Amino acid sequence: MKEIIVISGKGGTGKTVITASMAALAKNKVMGDCDVDASNLYLLLHPEVKEKHDFYAGLIPALDSMKCNQCGLCQELCRFDAIKIFPGQTIIDHVSCEGCSLCAQVCPQQAIQMKENHCGEWYISETKYGPLVYAKLGIAEENSGKLVTLVRQKAEEIARKRDLELIIIDGPPGIGCPLIASISGANLAVVVTEPTLSGIHDLERVIKVTQHFGVRSVVIINKFDLNLENTSQIENYCITHNIEVIGKMHFDNIITEALVQRLPVVEYSDNKITKEIKAIWQKIS
Amino acid sequence: MIISVASGKGGTGKTTIAVNLALVLAGEQENDVRFLDCDVEEPNAHLFLKPLIKKRESIEIPIPKIDQKKCNYCGKCAQICAYNAMVVIKNRILVFPELCHGCGACTFFCPQKAITEQGREIGILEEGESGTISFIGGQLNIGEPMASPIIRKIKKKSKEKYNIRTNEDMKIRKQEIILIDVPPGTSCPVIESVKGSDYAILVTEPTPFGLHDLILAVEVLQKLQIPYGVVLNKCDVGNRQVEEYCKNNDVPILLSLPLDKDIAIAYSRGMPIVSLDHSYEQKFIQLFQNIIKQFKISSW
Repeated sequence: MKEIIVISGKGGTGKTVITASMAALAKNKVMGDCDVDASNLYLLLHPEVKEKHDFYAGLIPALDSMKCNQCGLCQELCRFDAIKIFPGQTIIDHVSCEGCSLCAQVCPQQAIQMKENHCGEWYISETKYGPLVYAKLGIAEENSGKLVTLVRQKAEEIARKRDLELIIIDGPPGIGCPLIASISGANLAVVVTEPTLSGIHDLERVIKVTQHFGVRSVVIINKFDLNLENTSQIENYCITHNIEVIGKMHFDNIITEALVQRLPVVEYSDNKITKEIKAIWQKIS
Repeated sequence: MIISVASGKGGTGKTTIAVNLALVLAGEQENDVRFLDCDVEEPNAHLFLKPLIKKRESIEIPIPKIDQKKCNYCGKCAQICAYNAMVVIKNRILVFPELCHGCGACTFFCPQKAITEQGREIGILEEGESGTISFIGGQLNIGEPMASPIIRKIKKKSKEKYNIRTNEDMKIRKQEIILIDVPPGTSCPVIESVKGSDYAILVTEPTPFGLHDLILAVEVLQKLQIPYGVVLNKCDVGNRQVEEYCKNNDVPILLSLPLDKDIAIAYSRGMPIVSLDHSYEQKFIQLFQNIIKQFKISSW
């Protein structure tokens, strides 16, 4: 079994568009969407949800205001400035709280209890291209890394159960917690970039992260004709770092058109872009 | 006034809007503009503002340091740690620094007082100037998962400066404007960045992805009770669903920008729009005026 993850560092370079097309082209696979903050893949794959589960992770403090005597010890010790004490009232800011439990442990009145935190949902679904696992992290919630790990685990379980050879994952932007949780242990990271200074800057940072975690990566340059000078700069960077550029895609409005029709672009059109994506997929598979 | 520039979806033009607004506002003498780049995972604003960095400092979080002589392996620390960053096996104790949030619970509760704290670098903070704009940004180190402590530090730094300036310039008090470039998404780093803002600009594009992620971003701002408006980028491509959503939900559209290949090319070279085409200056001034108008409505 092989797990391929599509990432980018910078957001909006075309991860989901490319993942959806791969989903349409690949055989015997399961898909997962690890951008649990703002999952978009399902918008193109039109899933029918088969299972819906709540996601609990971490702890949140619940205050018993009858017991609290505003001694102020919790406020003084909290490193996340999540507790504010006003005369006659103690307020816990759940957005700032990181769930460390120090306040609950230290409270002389035992006025704080830690409770399990419901911080999202995850789904197992069927699409015409195969099963899709995706998730929705609650608004302003933490623990995105844990939810990402869960999505990957479930996708792998499905692959084993149904004897599928391939897992295709749509990854999150950035280089922090959810990205690290998405790539660790994957077989291949497909990094989608664009020939802009921001694209190059963010590509270099995310490549360093893949190297740090020992994940092999290849690069796709999207909208390469927007700036040919920057494109060759990316190609040179890849040569010096021994990374293969597996394809380049033109700047083409057909991608937006396909998006508006909510279709993978390879299913929407048969033009240049589709041929470019098919050639890329040939190289990966 | 603190204005955040955010979006659920990445790559919609947050940095472009934030940078150009900063440049236009800094062109007016009465403004004192501060730019905070809170996208510390993938910071980009410096590519356009090209600030002269005057100060760099290491950002650390406190992690436990065990005095092996005092530790009796009672296991209290491992039991109390909410992040599983400590494990005690018989007479060994292991610390996993990447999992530690630096809450200090283990140090506080160790019955043997065997734990002290030491700093562990997770990133850097940079301060500088770009013309009359003062710039504060940061970078998460490669392989580090937690961006929030760096964002907290950037915002704290900005507040320190704020106080000094207001005291000094009591006579010619300038209009202080802090612009925050926010990372994409809806989770902790986004909250940390937009928290405390007076207003938020949500940059989106007229596609199903743009609409889907705009709705998520709106939920975040409603939860934080921050007033917001939309900048619709590439407004002439895609469909009209974002506009319909805004109309049906009374979300003001502050500015619409068409897809312009010249702008895309300028962006690819790290050139701000307002330096390319002066007609855009007026659009960004109008954007700011719309924000002020909306902000006044929302604070009534």
